[in-house]
Amino acid sequence: MGATALRNGPSPVPAPIDSIVEVREISKTYGNVEALRGIDLDFPRGKLTSLLGPSGCGKTTLLKIIAGLIPADGGTVAINGKHITAPGPERAFVFQDFALMPWATVMRNVAFGLELRGTNKAEREAIARRYIAEVGLAGFEDKYPHQLSGGMRQRVGLARALSVDADVLLLDEPFSAVDEQNRRKFQEDLIRLRTNQNKTFIFVTHSIEEAVYISDRIVLLSPRPGRVSQIIEPEIDRSGDPERIHRDRHYLDTVEEIWQGLKQYVE
Amino acid sequence: MTLFGYRVPMMTSLLVWCVVWEIVGRLDLVFLLPPFSDVLVAAVSLVQTPSWQTATVTTLRAFATGMALSIVIGVPLGILMGRVKIADDLLGMWVNIFSSAPLSAIVPVLMILFGFGEKTIVAAVFLFAIWIIVLDTRAGVRHISPSLIEMARSYGASRPALYSKIILWAALPEILAGIRLGLIRGVKGVVIGQLLVAIVGYGALFETFSRNFRMAEFWALTIMLFAFALLIAELIERAEAKVEYYAGARQ
Repeated sequence: MGATALRNGPSPVPAPIDSIVEVREISKTYGNVEALRGIDLDFPRGKLTSLLGPSGCGKTTLLKIIAGLIPADGGTVAINGKHITAPGPERAFVFQDFALMPWATVMRNVAFGLELRGTNKAEREAIARRYIAEVGLAGFEDKYPHQLSGGMRQRVGLARALSVDADVLLLDEPFSAVDEQNRRKFQEDLIRLRTNQNKTFIFVTHSIEEAVYISDRIVLLSPRPGRVSQIIEPEIDRSGDPERIHRDRHYLDTVEEIWQGLKQYVE
Repeated sequence: MTLFGYRVPMMTSLLVWCVVWEIVGRLDLVFLLPPFSDVLVAAVSLVQTPSWQTATVTTLRAFATGMALSIVIGVPLGILMGRVKIADDLLGMWVNIFSSAPLSAIVPVLMILFGFGEKTIVAAVFLFAIWIIVLDTRAGVRHISPSLIEMARSYGASRPALYSKIILWAALPEILAGIRLGLIRGVKGVVIGQLLVAIVGYGALFETFSRNFRMAEFWALTIMLFAFALLIAELIERAEAKVEYYAGARQ
């Protein structure tokens, strides 16, 4: 295994020293389908944790429960030690299908979270402008979503999440509707963002490579019912050229290892 | 439209039919159809009469009031049905029945309820126009992407903000389509209402013209109504095109 730390089995993982999100005994059932059973997880502050698993493992459901968008049937979620059941300003969500308002400009879309909080127009536009530049969309403030490519639209979604200054960013397969070249660029940007912004990221993906490439911590979920099967902490040096990571030996080993573990769920 | 390789404006086809009408009229085959030129002359003199002017004001006022009522009530009702299942179950059947029922049959009942005056005409316009507005609004609300609503909720939208900033805008293309169809039905409502009441506005004029076989004036009035219906439909369609442009990014 070398540099990869592995913890096996579904037993609860001992809490890290500073965890911002604590998930305890979360369960969720849709009709007679058990989506999640007894999920116990801690998300360390300032780290990027991926929820990885085959489709049907409940990873998006878990993310939306943490977001407060879906009620859990049992168990609790605490953010900064406080139990939550609804969305709150300390969390921001990035959607798989971008969820932009087609009738609003990039500026208004990015500033929308602040608009809902009642921030005055001048102030929220100044903040939005900064994050539009941060995600590389300076000059596109007055464009409408349909005038942008898929990759650029998701950058708008990301800027909107950043501009509300939440502690936790929840990303639901943010790159799955973005073409391959843009996805690569985006992943590199995310690594850079994570170092600049002192935020906690929870990232849902079904791509092993993507999870290993960007994550400090990978939570592997197994399907039917969704449970935590493994937690992996790839120890990959992400300073320097992001292109090099794809050829890093630890990176390749970890991808292979996860694939061996997930193989059994693929027919 | 192209003809023998030349581009000709769309209105040309209309001109052809006007010429056909003129010829048939001049042949004097049926007295119901005077030459088109006579109709035009009648139209010019008609608009100068005080009776036409009063009738037009009455008709427009009844139409505008009826339409305003059906939009103000129809759009919220459609949104309610699109969002709340119980409301949809309760009202869905009735809205569907009324939107396809032969409403002309109900107009006499309206006369009993509202008397032989403008109120009956307003009620007729309302009754003709509202259902399609409700149905289209409901369809528009149903088609809003769930993630757009989740987005608003996750960024802390209050219920009023969710409706005024997201739901109304996201359903706007369908709402406008409903209003356009409602306007056309409303024109039907105002005409049928006035014809049945027969002593108000255009209904009274139609009654006079047809009873006295003043066909040129009769046709002039009919054409004016058609033109009016087409004109407002066209105006709404312009607004719709603009909204569609923004809504193009919808999945």
